[in-house]
Amino acid sequence: MSKTKSEYLINRHDNQYEVVIGLEVHAQVTSESKLFSTSATKFGAEPNTQVSLVDAAFPGMLPVINEYCVKQAIKTGIGLKAKINKRSVFDRKNYFYADLPQGYQISQFKDPIVGEGKVILDMPDGHKEVGIERLHLEQDAGKSIHDLDPKNTFVDLNRSGVALMEIVSKPDLRSPDEVNAYIKKLRSIMRYLGTCDGNMQEGSLRADVNVSVRKKGSKEFGTRCEIKNVNSIKFMQMAIEYEANRQVDLIEEGQTIDQETRLFDTKKNETRSMRSKEDAHDYRYFPDPDLLPLEVSDDFIENLKSEIPELPDEKKKRFIEKFKLSPYEANILVSDIETSNYFENVIKKSDVKLATNWIIGELFAALNEKNLEITESPISAGNLSKLINLIKDGTISGKIAKTVFEQMMEGDKDPQKIVEEKGLKQESDPKALEALIDKVIDDNRDKATEYKSGKVKLFGFFVGQVMKVSGGKANPQLVNEILKKKL
Amino acid sequence: MSDITKQSLSELVENIKGKKLSSSEVTKAFVERSEKSKELNAYITEDYANALNKAKKFDEKPNLDLKLPGIPMAVKDLFCTRDLRTTAGSKILNNFVPTYESTVTQNIWNEGAILMGKLNCDEFAMGSSNETSFFGNVQNPIDKNLVPGGSSGGSSSAVAAQLTPITIGTDTGGSIRQPASFTGTVGLKPTYGSCSRYGIVAFASSLDQAGPMAQNVKDCALLQEVISTYDEKDSTSIDFKRNEYGKELTKDIKGKKIGIPKEYRVDGMPKEIEDLWKKGIEYAKDCGAEIIDISLPHTNYALPTYYIVAPAEASSNLARYDGVKYGFRAEGENLIDMYEKTRSEGFGAEVQRRIMIGTYVLSSGYYDAYYLKAQKVRKLIKNDFDDAYKKVDAILTPSTPSSAFKIGEKTNDPVSMYLNDIFTVPVNLAGLPGISIPAGHDAKGYPLGLQIIGKAFDEQNILNIAYAMEEKINFKNNITDWWIK
Repeated sequence: MSKTKSEYLINRHDNQYEVVIGLEVHAQVTSESKLFSTSATKFGAEPNTQVSLVDAAFPGMLPVINEYCVKQAIKTGIGLKAKINKRSVFDRKNYFYADLPQGYQISQFKDPIVGEGKVILDMPDGHKEVGIERLHLEQDAGKSIHDLDPKNTFVDLNRSGVALMEIVSKPDLRSPDEVNAYIKKLRSIMRYLGTCDGNMQEGSLRADVNVSVRKKGSKEFGTRCEIKNVNSIKFMQMAIEYEANRQVDLIEEGQTIDQETRLFDTKKNETRSMRSKEDAHDYRYFPDPDLLPLEVSDDFIENLKSEIPELPDEKKKRFIEKFKLSPYEANILVSDIETSNYFENVIKKSDVKLATNWIIGELFAALNEKNLEITESPISAGNLSKLINLIKDGTISGKIAKTVFEQMMEGDKDPQKIVEEKGLKQESDPKALEALIDKVIDDNRDKATEYKSGKVKLFGFFVGQVMKVSGGKANPQLVNEILKKKL
Repeated sequence: MSDITKQSLSELVENIKGKKLSSSEVTKAFVERSEKSKELNAYITEDYANALNKAKKFDEKPNLDLKLPGIPMAVKDLFCTRDLRTTAGSKILNNFVPTYESTVTQNIWNEGAILMGKLNCDEFAMGSSNETSFFGNVQNPIDKNLVPGGSSGGSSSAVAAQLTPITIGTDTGGSIRQPASFTGTVGLKPTYGSCSRYGIVAFASSLDQAGPMAQNVKDCALLQEVISTYDEKDSTSIDFKRNEYGKELTKDIKGKKIGIPKEYRVDGMPKEIEDLWKKGIEYAKDCGAEIIDISLPHTNYALPTYYIVAPAEASSNLARYDGVKYGFRAEGENLIDMYEKTRSEGFGAEVQRRIMIGTYVLSSGYYDAYYLKAQKVRKLIKNDFDDAYKKVDAILTPSTPSSAFKIGEKTNDPVSMYLNDIFTVPVNLAGLPGISIPAGHDAKGYPLGLQIIGKAFDEQNILNIAYAMEEKINFKNNITDWWIK
């Protein structure tokens, strides 16, 4: 039935349902100070230590736009191949909450800073384009803490006024896997640009997930539910699966789906109704009279364009074309900027093929085991490059290289030194090898006779013996050659 | 000594600079008169002891190069003043003491002036009679039980009664010009963007503007020179070339073209106002100005437009007074209950009325019909002025449709109260400067004002016209000190 293997469908009785997903990603802008004030934005500071009079909405305080955040938003828009709006407007979104000191959030409603764009996903069955509806700048709220006291709620305003980019996708996503790929790609692009660190544990990246279902083949969208504020990819995927199945069940039972806002309960792994459409807030959006419309010139945008680094899609293309990497290898190496930088540093002075294999294979496995990021790798790009050169020029064998690599993981040691100190240098002197081989043949006369009488499988035995006697240091290629002659 | 409070700001500055008077003598005189004038209820918060101390310190090391050397001054209680309670005339800020200073007041202290206290005003500047203040009515020194106008009613009363040589108010729809007109004083509402709004308790952000209130045009010009600065802390502050308004003041307005808008002849306007306007035209001609009839066709729509835009902005601006962070809090069962009780008890009736109007006009389903339409009309009103200014340099109108009314006369009729702003509101909507100068008296002997409206950033021109006309008008305020026992 399915067009491709990866198509995500929910089957009930004789019906097949397609899931339609759109995301509103809230990405914290990487910036030293807040969107409309000069307060710091450092994560994990003592509560209420990064709050200015503006953030706490004291009487007579006024917002002043942080130009750096505007640049960051435009750069992100460029990275999303999106239309940059030269004129955008900040609006007030009015609602009451204890952690919203102004009684309104400054956001962009009708005229966002960035318009339509796109993100390309690499899925197992090919490329998938996801449309971006818009990107706008807005203030984050503070944090309400309900579990410190049985009666009172505590409020931390450190986050109040921090700049967020809300990136709204079109309803183009069709499966939890695509959502995974989308978030990772978005994160990757923003990390390349340096506009959002994408740290989901610290809340720098969260999403509202819009989910609806429809019978396969249907052109109409179903009624959607919005799952608020999900802060990990895994939870997004779980929430989507739960929510899509819940909606399918309702339809199958002949019921209708209410458009509503829901919450994902990570403990029970289910979504719960938060408020219905009827109870939806009337935010009374209107242009913030404290701020003039934001106008940027062509020059301003062009200058930012010139600061845009090579992005993952372009880098991947270059890696494939220039270094002859497979799409799979290229994908892995460009997935985040640190990995691709590491790779490019390694291959500055060493063999591309070997470097690719060693990074994707040994290094990733070792980092994974120690739960380290590439930026925390004990082995610097320079030393990995040296190790690869030692293999390439025959100083050590691949097998010895693994031993050296393990040593290097214990601290950024120079592989050359390890090889020297431990005497791991490969034996490539033919005379020395001949002597060694002669001794092995001598010690195994009977096997040598069997070999000569046609039992050629025994060749491997002799190679093994020579390597064993040499302590693994014998140059395998030379051993092969000499053995063939001697036997 | 008793002469001191009768002196104008310019005279006081001259006498202090000439070492004929010390700051202490001047401050003491105004403090004493203020203390004798409690019945006017012009002050919300007095800071006399500090003022006298500061005056003493000034005299010890006087800097006579400053523009306001050692001059005592009380200011409207809408300006945040560091370490001195700032209430905006509201119970909800009854206990609020800012840790910061508004840009406008900072500019004043930077020129050597000394804060005497905070002056009464309508709650959050919402009112035309000073009757909405949580701190009670203010008496107009002109007559007992007469309102001083609003919202800068404490300011107008204090200047007219000579409790302060000069003061500042704020004007969102006429709150400087109308009280000036009601008390026989001079009040300037500068171009929007001329004076920083930083540190001024906000009413309607796109309309609010601080300005000077004085006994005469020259003092007004001098203070405008001090308070008008470009301020990066206010995104709507405009960086334009500011004049030395006091120094550049001239009575030579020969050949200036002054427009008379026919739409300001509103139905039911008292004959006294009509006559005053005619007299004003004659005065302007006497000064050498050329009078030209003009049309501002959308004038009729200004008041309804204002009463949509201003409450809309106010409803949002006042959302921060929620009992969570500062100010008055009523205990509640839960957050919502606390909000409701705090805001019901903390805000007065007029403020609540405007919050409700504002919330309504911004609500989904009504936004387009009210707020959006009002913004479009606002543009048309501005265009009217732009067209008029192709032909004239300034516009002359009455300041108010009547003289001051009795306390309590209009409190139960908000619409009639709102109509008081009919001549002043279009100026705020268009962001233009306007000045009210006293020009005569009505049959009851109450002062009446004329308004001169200028082009944006053209404060100097309307100050000059006002200065020239002031001389011709030769207005004398009849103040009998009836409140001093």
